[in-house]
Order: sequence, then structure tokens, then C-alpha cells
Amino acid sequence: MLKKRIIPVLLLKNGRMVKTIKFDQYRDVGNPITTARIYDAQRADELVFLDIDASTANRRTLLDIVKEVSQECFMPLCVGGGIKTLEDIRLILQGGADKVIINTHAVEDIVFINQATEKFGSSTIVVSIDVRKKNNDEYEVYTHGGEKATGLKPVEWSKKVEENGAGEIIITSIDLDGTMEGLDINLIKAITEAVNIPVICSGGVGTLDDFKKGFVEGGASAVGAGSIFHFTDQSIIKTRRHLVNEGINVRR
Amino acid sequence: MIAIIDYGMGNLASIAKALEYVGGVVLVTKRIEDLQKAQKIVLPGVGAFAEGMAQLKKQEMVSVLNELVLKQKKPFLGICLGMQLLAKKSYEFGEYDGLGFIDAEVKKIDFLQANQKLSVPHVGWNNVQLKKESVLMEGVEDNSDFYFVHSYHMVCNDNSDVVGTTDYGREFTSIVGRENIFATQFHPEKSQKDGLKILENFVEWEIK
Repeated sequence: MLKKRIIPVLLLKNGRMVKTIKFDQYRDVGNPITTARIYDAQRADELVFLDIDASTANRRTLLDIVKEVSQECFMPLCVGGGIKTLEDIRLILQGGADKVIINTHAVEDIVFINQATEKFGSSTIVVSIDVRKKNNDEYEVYTHGGEKATGLKPVEWSKKVEENGAGEIIITSIDLDGTMEGLDINLIKAITEAVNIPVICSGGVGTLDDFKKGFVEGGASAVGAGSIFHFTDQSIIKTRRHLVNEGINVRR
Repeated sequence: MIAIIDYGMGNLASIAKALEYVGGVVLVTKRIEDLQKAQKIVLPGVGAFAEGMAQLKKQEMVSVLNELVLKQKKPFLGICLGMQLLAKKSYEFGEYDGLGFIDAEVKKIDFLQANQKLSVPHVGWNNVQLKKESVLMEGVEDNSDFYFVHSYHMVCNDNSDVVGTTDYGREFTSIVGRENIFATQFHPEKSQKDGLKILENFVEWEIK
């Protein structure tokens, strides 16, 4: 049976690991390489690295980090941040990543997703969708690290992304990011019911039970988390043990 | 020396590092001379079947592989696309011929569970049930989890080629093996301890 995945998310800025709250207020939370080693030792299912600097000046740093991590951690690495060209993708894959994450550029040019999946395979291309909830309880997709409103609705956008060949979707609630108040289950469920590709959900995980909710109520294939691992004493090991006890199908 | 074939399909760094980690002496190469000198050959790969075959043909490696793997019987490890290319045919984006080292076809994952179509690609950790013994699986418990990421799967016509299967709505072939050929649909270089064990067994594989 395919297992549900526990995925720590590492945000990178200037070569350091940072954590945000609602995509703002960056706090330094350490060295991404040593942290990756710990997650690997604890048997995390996958690692997501997102370069939130996303300027070409810092592309070198992201690549160096990916190269170093992939030389010691023999586990799936999913990497993104400012990816705009097929060459960007090729370099990151060559550096050791298994999948690349595309966010803003997918909205700017959906054809890029098509081209990327044709060249590198659907399963290599992950599209990340960041969402804010509006006053009227409707959701809107934002790009550029949460700064630019697109007018797109997440469900419609997810379907379009799937139609254009993306292998997976990461759905993130900007409003809950870093708050540890729990996942936005309504949002997650809307996406998992709309598409047939795997969905990784993130934004708001604060307790071990939130993982379970993401899997069971949200229907997600994977739950991404950051703050809970950085700021509490919960660990991958404890998460796994809790989920096994709750009867969730994860790796033992 | 273990030669890892560079045919432009995906990340080679991880498989190279992982094999070195478990004691292998590796050379990532595009050169036929290197394959001829190698004791063992690895064909990794992520991406589309047609492009993979086109690249192998462009690098004139098809006849070389026939010679080294089928005739000289050098130990051969195929991973993911590298396993699928062993088939006779694939139906990914059309109909294409593969290397034909294994009597099999590659088809799209189109599996149901409780009448619902399962997500494609098949991504994540899933367990492998061993169907026949293999030296490369020594030290790995039956039903261990490995990391998969693929949208197509291999259907073997000869059951004796099936070393391991995995359940995703239905059983599909996740490991094939015949004499000096061993190939996995999953990525051992991404499967932490159990994956590294398979790679270690490959490094130490002595074919009598």
C-alpha cells in the first residue's frame, strides 16, 4: 500500500533556514544542511527545500545546498524557488533534486509547465499554489511569495495545472503559515477532490493530530510542516509513532 | 569500476554518491570505452521512455549494451526509467521499442481502488513483496518500503522475470531480475537504509 508522507519543509534565505508567519517576519532557524541530516536520520519521507530569495543572484547558494544535502541524505528531495527556465530545472535536478517546484512562473506562463513535463517527465514537476482567504470566505491564489494577487481561484487553477501535466500539487495556506493553528481542511479537501494527482498540503500544522486531519479529512497524500519541527519538541519520530497508533498508513 | 550511463536523463549525482557511499568505485560516463572497461553497469533515469531510447541511440549505446549485458553478461542494474527501457515496447506518448532485454511492455498506471481511479503518478513510499529470491535483496526484509515516483509500469510476459511486486490498487512489478540483470522501478538511492543495502549488494555482486 502506498503510504502517506510526512514532509518537513525547509525555507531558505541567504543560505540559512528561515521560518515565516503568514509569509512574513523571517526568523533564522538554523543550518539547512545539518537540519536535513537530522530529518534524514529520523526517516522523514521527503524533504522540501524552497528558496524564498528567488533571485538569480542566490541561485548558486540553493544549488550548493542541494548538492551537499544529496551527497549525504539518500532520500527524496523536492526543490523550488524562482524557477523560470528549463535550464533552471535541469541544473537543480543535476544537483541532486528529484522533483522541482514551480509556483509564480506557472501562473505567468502555463505553457512552461507543459514544456517542463514533456522534457523532464510529469512526476518531476510539482506546482506549488499559495492561497489567501478573502473577507467573503473565498480563496485566491497569490504569487511572488504571497505578494501578488492573481484573481485565480485555487480549485480552477489546480485543475488547469493538472491538465497541463503537473505531477503533484503543493497547496499552502498563507493565512495559517507559521501560526500552528491547524491546517485549512476546507481548502485542502476542495483541492484533493478536484484533481487526480497527489496533493501535498501545508500551512498551519501545530499538533500531531493536524497531520492526521490533513490525511483523513483533507484527503492529502502528504503533509508538509515547518514550525512544529522548528519550534516545538515534536519530531518526525513522534509524528510517525502517533500516526501509526491512530491507524494511519505511514511508514513504520 | 561501476559505470553509470549518462544519457541526459535525470539526476546522476545521487546514484553515484550512493554507490560510493556503500563502497563502490564509480564512473559517470557517456563513453562507450568506459562501459567496455567497466565490471558493472548502471542505467538510471527519470523522464520519458521515447526520449530515453532516443538518447541511448544517439550515443550509440544500444548495440554496446546488447554486447556487454546480453552477451558478456556484465552485472547490470536498471533504475526507474532504466528498468522500463529494458522492455520490448512502451506505450508512453505513442508506441516505442525498448532494449528488449526483458520480455515486457510498459503501460500507463491506470489502477482503481474501490472503483476510484488512483492518483498518477504513483509517488511516495510503498512496500515490495518478494516473489523470488535475489542476491541483491539479501539483508532487506520482505515488504520493506521504497521510494517510487513514476506514471508508467512494466508488465512482464514471463513471470520468472518478476523478483518483486508492489500493491497500488493492484499488484504491479516493482523489481525484475534475470541472470545478470536486476532492475527496480523504485529509487534505491532515495530509499534510505534499505535502498543503500540493495546498492551495497550490487557493489558486492559476484556472478558465478
